[in-house]
Amino acid sequence: MESKRTVIITRIFITIFYLLGSAVLLLPFFWMVSTSFKTDNEIFTNPIKWIPSTFYTGNFKRAFDIMPIPRHMFNTALLAVLKIFGEVFVSAFVAYGFARFEFRGKKILFMILLASMMIPYEVTMIPTFIMWTELGLSDGYVPLVLPAYFGAASFIFFLRMYFSTFPKGLEEAMLIDGANHFQVFTKLYVPMSRAALITIGIWAFMGTWNDLLGQLIYISDPEWYTVQLGLASFSNMTGETLWGPLMTASFIILIPVFLLFLFTQKYFVEGVKMAGIKG
Amino acid sequence: MKKRKKGKNIGFLFVLPWVTGMCLFGVVPLVASVFISMTDWGILGDFNYIGLQNYIDIFNDEIFYVSLWVTVRYAIFAVPLTICTALLIAVFLNIQTKAVGFFRSVFYMPSLVSGVAVAVVFKWILDPNYGLINSVLNIFGIKGPNWLFDPNWVLPSYLVMAFWGACGGYLTYLAALKDIPKELYEAAKIEGAGFIKRTTKITVPLLSPIIFYNTIMGIISAFRKFSDAYVLGGAGDEGRFYMVNLYQEAFSFYKMGYATALAWILFVIIMDITIVLNITKKYWVYSD
Repeated sequence: MESKRTVIITRIFITIFYLLGSAVLLLPFFWMVSTSFKTDNEIFTNPIKWIPSTFYTGNFKRAFDIMPIPRHMFNTALLAVLKIFGEVFVSAFVAYGFARFEFRGKKILFMILLASMMIPYEVTMIPTFIMWTELGLSDGYVPLVLPAYFGAASFIFFLRMYFSTFPKGLEEAMLIDGANHFQVFTKLYVPMSRAALITIGIWAFMGTWNDLLGQLIYISDPEWYTVQLGLASFSNMTGETLWGPLMTASFIILIPVFLLFLFTQKYFVEGVKMAGIKG
Repeated sequence: MKKRKKGKNIGFLFVLPWVTGMCLFGVVPLVASVFISMTDWGILGDFNYIGLQNYIDIFNDEIFYVSLWVTVRYAIFAVPLTICTALLIAVFLNIQTKAVGFFRSVFYMPSLVSGVAVAVVFKWILDPNYGLINSVLNIFGIKGPNWLFDPNWVLPSYLVMAFWGACGGYLTYLAALKDIPKELYEAAKIEGAGFIKRTTKITVPLLSPIIFYNTIMGIISAFRKFSDAYVLGGAGDEGRFYMVNLYQEAFSFYKMGYATALAWILFVIIMDITIVLNITKKYWVYSD
């Protein structure tokens, strides 16, 4: 009797925690969307207006006038695709080398790989920038894209672990049939690790979509601005802040991220779990 | 013999792209940065070797200490706050109920978004006059603080954001919670241990390796904090995080040598913290 009551009280307590937590977490999103559909009069009002009295769509036009959002989205997508292709396939290529071969210096190279993951990008940021300046390439996508085609240490580490679990039988059969190691990689390892490759592809996409510092340093032509740069320059505009259009722009920029999460949730969760185990 | 040698070469061939990239974008900049930090390199024109002058200047620069203090103080508050929040949520989301799957997705949402869009939304939420928080306080007749416009309230403003962003961090803890054997809890229950005792004596010690990892990552990310601080700023230099300061020295004032020296100091700080935490590891991190 006593324990049954405790169970019910616990249930109620947990439900309240879930609902309250969700409300706190979703409130910023709700506030952003709600502000997007308000007229300026309703934005600057006291007491607070939770839901706009009429759904004002003028903020969309105002936001698009200030910030060419489709162009910025196209630029960001282009940058992301160019980077992802390199990061995913080159990292897989290198990971295959670390997972399946013995060669001189492998242990030391792998130690260097691990150590390089400890060095934050920020330390080498300025010398790298100077290097690109000396090459005359410091303004544009090249400094952001090209390094991706040499593999990314964390992805290599992750995929090496993944490849090490593959059975060797199929690979040996292919080699006996006359396939070379490159064919084994493209015809066996890439298809077999589809899920892992998609997972790191998603990470790479999110990284590009949310990055500011790198893009701020290397992209100065507004024509080639990404969503982050466009929004940053929008929010830093002098004069009174136009919260309506600004929230509309933020809202539109976050939509692709949520859609991606909605359709690839499985990979997200698996990826984070695997990354957690790594640590 | 010949075949074995060929195999060796092929293995190296596969890792060659990374080795090349490591040299071009890792070793070369790293070595160059030692040299650059000892010059007065600007963006144009000549540069001179000035020895340790940049480092001397940094240690005499008041702004350096301000940015360091802003960053360290943020880390001191934000790291425990984010770890406790994520842990608490993980414990709750580990309880099997009908709707738990749905709530797991909802609680993960803050992790999806970061960067400028979130910073901008929080700038609006924290608006002193018409922002969400102060408007709600207003309903209860409380006059809210000026948040980012009041030097004393800049840190709490950033902590509000950190708290919100921390919620999605539950996922790594949840994965680890699932690995804890149920028998441990059963045994503790029979011995009469309550929920709180079971959490502090079983859950937290068994999760300590992940807590340790997240402590290091949390401190590092405080030192790398840039996007939101760049957008939000804060009254009286209180929002001048280490990386914001470094970025401005390099790309607003074009003091490349000086900023590179700042980057080296950042690296040494991060290394020291990691080493010290690793030394203390054996006293509080459970391992079997």
